[in-house]
Amino acid sequence: MKKQTKKETPLSIEPRPQNPIESLIRMERLPHMWCPGCGIGISMGAFARAVLESGIDQNLLSVVSGIGCTGRVAGYLRLDSFHTTHGRAIPFATGLKLANPKLKVVVYSGDGDLTSIGGNHLIHAARRNVDLTVILVNNLNYGMTGGQFGPTTPHEAFGTTAPYGNYEYPLNLPYLMDVCGANYVARWTVYHVRQLTRAMVEAMNKDGLSFIEVISPCPELYLRRNRLGDALQEMVYLKENSRIQNGAETRSVAIEQKRQEIIVGKFVDRERPGYIQAMDEHLGKAMGARYQRPSFWEK
Amino acid sequence: MKKTNPKAKDLNHATADPKGVLTGVHFMNGDQSACEGALAAGCRFVAGYPITPSTEIVERFASRIPTVGGVFIQMEDELASSIAIQGAAWAGLKTMTVSSGPGFTLMMEHIGLAAMLETPCVIIDVQRAGPSTGLPTLPGQADMMQVRWGSHGDYEVIALVPNSPQECFDLTIQAFNLSEEFRVPTFVMMDECVGHMAERVVIPPAEKIKVFNRRYTTLPIEEYLPYRTGKDLVPWFVKAGTGRRFHITGLTHDERGYPTMNAEAQGKLVHRLVEKIRTNAEQIVRFEEEDCEGAEVIVLSYGITSRVASRAVEMARKQGIKVGRFRPIVVWPFPEKRIRQLAGMAGGFVVPELNYGQISLEVERLVAGKVPVTLVPHGGGTVHQPEDILRAIREIVRL
Repeated sequence: MKKQTKKETPLSIEPRPQNPIESLIRMERLPHMWCPGCGIGISMGAFARAVLESGIDQNLLSVVSGIGCTGRVAGYLRLDSFHTTHGRAIPFATGLKLANPKLKVVVYSGDGDLTSIGGNHLIHAARRNVDLTVILVNNLNYGMTGGQFGPTTPHEAFGTTAPYGNYEYPLNLPYLMDVCGANYVARWTVYHVRQLTRAMVEAMNKDGLSFIEVISPCPELYLRRNRLGDALQEMVYLKENSRIQNGAETRSVAIEQKRQEIIVGKFVDRERPGYIQAMDEHLGKAMGARYQRPSFWEK
Repeated sequence: MKKTNPKAKDLNHATADPKGVLTGVHFMNGDQSACEGALAAGCRFVAGYPITPSTEIVERFASRIPTVGGVFIQMEDELASSIAIQGAAWAGLKTMTVSSGPGFTLMMEHIGLAAMLETPCVIIDVQRAGPSTGLPTLPGQADMMQVRWGSHGDYEVIALVPNSPQECFDLTIQAFNLSEEFRVPTFVMMDECVGHMAERVVIPPAEKIKVFNRRYTTLPIEEYLPYRTGKDLVPWFVKAGTGRRFHITGLTHDERGYPTMNAEAQGKLVHRLVEKIRTNAEQIVRFEEEDCEGAEVIVLSYGITSRVASRAVEMARKQGIKVGRFRPIVVWPFPEKRIRQLAGMAGGFVVPELNYGQISLEVERLVAGKVPVTLVPHGGGTVHQPEDILRAIREIVRL
């Protein structure tokens, strides 16, 4: 007798070739927990395609997330993946990378996690230019806890803890990362899937800290509370109001108002030595023959 | 049948890597000695943040490690250093961080994470007087309960308490070994006096130093689950970059390491996190005792206070009182069985400590009212006067 499984569907669906990114997704964990229309899944799809396109050895690729909606990305990727504490994905990733530089280490987390509670770590990772790729999905509010305002929420936008509107001003993240010293800084939206994928490939191939801000709709909380339309309308909005300006002066790319032009593109791409190279070269120079390079750093 | 790793416990007992061992007779302080203990144990990654009176440990590590082959990184705060060591541990290294009161408080978040992920790592707390900034350069012993209970939720840890620079070396090695064997955050609870006093420290040759190396899974990828365990309840380790594509999370998780949000999974996980230490407690506990059986009074003390108490014990013996000495060396798990036994053989306990009653509570719990237990409290900033301890001894005898 044929075994009945829960997954069996009454509709007849033509067998299809496997989506190539399935090999990178923990399919047994689906459906995921993100709301309909959320952009995090789109960004994760772009990331999976970037991993495939880049040809990176997937067994040497680790993803580290913090807490929050985007913090769940690590749990859906079939890679060595670490779901850590709130705001602290970067220092965990720093330890992981320094203990095995052969690993590509990607920090994948949200705006509240990385810039508020984890803001100090973000600043110092960029200052050290530690060899990590940071993918920050910015949905302009705290999603997991129900739509509170945060350090990226536009001025005068509503949140559950800003019931009369936000009287604070948000961070300009590309500018922050630029002045702190990151080697690579870009911003794309989840509408720009191809550009985003290409940026992720580029970022993962760079030494030092590479940073990508991904503007992503939060339809159930941020968009609904601010009466900005649904997920589809937001995609149209992102399409029509984004302007690609590679090499833009980062101080000019702030997103401060609920509705304004969003400058996207690759803003910074420079070649300061990454942290590991800087440490290795400096100690070699300063200590001469006394310096013992860690055996776990050997290629 | 459930598949677990083959029983090969002894394979992981090895001797120290000579590169990290500074064999010889030294005159050094407890902080420096603890650093040498870490190097001898095979620690090759320290993340730290400066704080008195623990700073000498990271200063020495920063100076020594580039000659041994390893990494020191000074992080932006203690939150960062206490999780950076866990990242490095999951890449396969033996790791440590170091702090004192205020910094130790900041680390509580990641002590919970280490307990939950079962990350082997060592944390040294050179205790100073608190609360808050307190007395940065002066001793305290008031973090003894914080180390046991400080992070939220239920978990168990291992904590050792040295009372001399030599023990700072020996017990730091022991802390690494226990941390690897049981996959728990393991603590060396020093105090400012022990950290800053300089004494003779003998560092033996590498081949005389026993180290316990991490037990990595040998199961094939398709059979391996990151949190499946055998009878000892300790899962075997996997490190990043070995093709196993594992997931770990601070959320309640199942054997696969996947988040599993229900009471059943929670019960199973917490039970194991607690029982892996409780069922092995008798193997972990270490203490030193002298003339305790049949004593009129047992003075139970640890760290610097145990050395002050020795003087009080001598004075009491000269006055003809039969006094025993008991010093827990591993303080968590506490030597419960022995204290219960001694409660039936001695006339009472005197517990001096540089706090207002922490380990004395544990003694009271175990003695369960059979005999008196007298706390000799002290706010910290200096050590007890032996006379204060003597007075407490005499009061019990008079009872």
